[in-house]
Amino acid sequence: MSAAPPGITRATLLKDLRLEWRSKDAINSMLFFSLLVVVVFSFSFDPSAEESRQIAGGLIWVAFLFATVVALNQTWARELRNQVLDAYRVSPALPNSLFVAKALGNFVFVSMLEALMTPLFIAFYRLRSLGPTWQLVLVAVLGTWALVVNGTFFAAMSIRTRSREIMLPLLLFPISIPAILSMVQSTTSILNGEGARFWIVLLVSYDLVFTTSCLLLFETVLNAE
Amino acid sequence: MTDNAAVITVTNLIKQFGRFAALRGVTAEFAGGKLYAILGDNGAGKTTLLRTLAGLNHASGGQIKILGATKFHDICDQVGYMAHPSLLYDEMSGMENLAYFAQLYGITDGSRSAEVIRAVGLDPTLARPVGQYSQGMRQRMSLARALLNDPKILLLDEPFSNVDLHSASDMVHLLAGLRDQGKTIFVVTHQASLLENAADEFVWMEFGKIAARTRDLKRLESAQ
Repeated sequence: MSAAPPGITRATLLKDLRLEWRSKDAINSMLFFSLLVVVVFSFSFDPSAEESRQIAGGLIWVAFLFATVVALNQTWARELRNQVLDAYRVSPALPNSLFVAKALGNFVFVSMLEALMTPLFIAFYRLRSLGPTWQLVLVAVLGTWALVVNGTFFAAMSIRTRSREIMLPLLLFPISIPAILSMVQSTTSILNGEGARFWIVLLVSYDLVFTTSCLLLFETVLNAE
Repeated sequence: MTDNAAVITVTNLIKQFGRFAALRGVTAEFAGGKLYAILGDNGAGKTTLLRTLAGLNHASGGQIKILGATKFHDICDQVGYMAHPSLLYDEMSGMENLAYFAQLYGITDGSRSAEVIRAVGLDPTLARPVGQYSQGMRQRMSLARALLNDPKILLLDEPFSNVDLHSASDMVHLLAGLRDQGKTIFVVTHQASLLENAADEFVWMEFGKIAARTRDLKRLESAQ
């Protein structure tokens, strides 16, 4: 595994942010999908404040998980148009620079979505956390990274398959179960004012293990035919 | 290394896609400072040969030596590759595209991108995104991207496709000039006549092999 030079990572990240700013492919799809989930569920249930705290963790993360898949599919789709990925592959730039930039880009997009959707969740479900807010922020950061680091990797794996939109969730969801469980359980615990230390530690460990694994294996994935 | 020494040596190169062999034991030496036109019918293996030389396809067998290296990554900064698709981001301008790719090659000279855009006859100040370019402009911008790192070896796949005759002649003139500077250039094309006076050698591929090599295009055409 070679370290990703910060210059190329930054250039690739800025390029991706610029492309997304101009096309708004990922952000629009993610926002629309998440909004749909919030509105549909708010019409389907009329929970009390106590019930909201019990279900909100699952609801929020399921919405973000599905929205993330939409963003992940877009990430690599733009590299396939005009086969631009080949231009990267023939250059001396290291594969991990591309991976880190893509994962960071997705992290920015999903974080933006979370920042926009969380107030709506709070309003629609009348949420009030009994635990410390900073812990919720920590879980959001760790959980989002868990989703995007694996998601970026598996999206890269599935780009050359014929039905990549189906292939990505098939690969990503099973391997994300420990992370999703930690995200949902820790969010629910914090909202209810209970300790979430175990789940947060599990999430940190998950992030470390899978970030390392993805960095080790990405070159093989990028150069696979 | 003198210009006329072999810069690329291919030995018994085989490339298989599943059960289909696209390259069936290509063996050849290509000298430096020459312009090679790679010709052949569709499916003859021209693009596969170029992609394998560019390190984009893994050889199923045989060996490739480029500038003395057997691993493409060791010399990738000395090779320029232009594919049939543009390898450019449609949403960005030509200058933005090249500025990004320049960073991948560690090119810090900001004027280099503008220089190669001018060299292919385009305007570096054009703010229009590449997606709105004509096919000919896109081809030329793609060539500019391949020239960005001032490569010793240029691998060009169909650079004249959808380019008008006048622009194609300009591109041939540019390529001949680059060859005269000592670059080794491979051009896969179906428009051999464009290169009749510029190419040093015509390489005819058939069924995944090099069937003929000649300096005389007319002789090659009469043999087909």
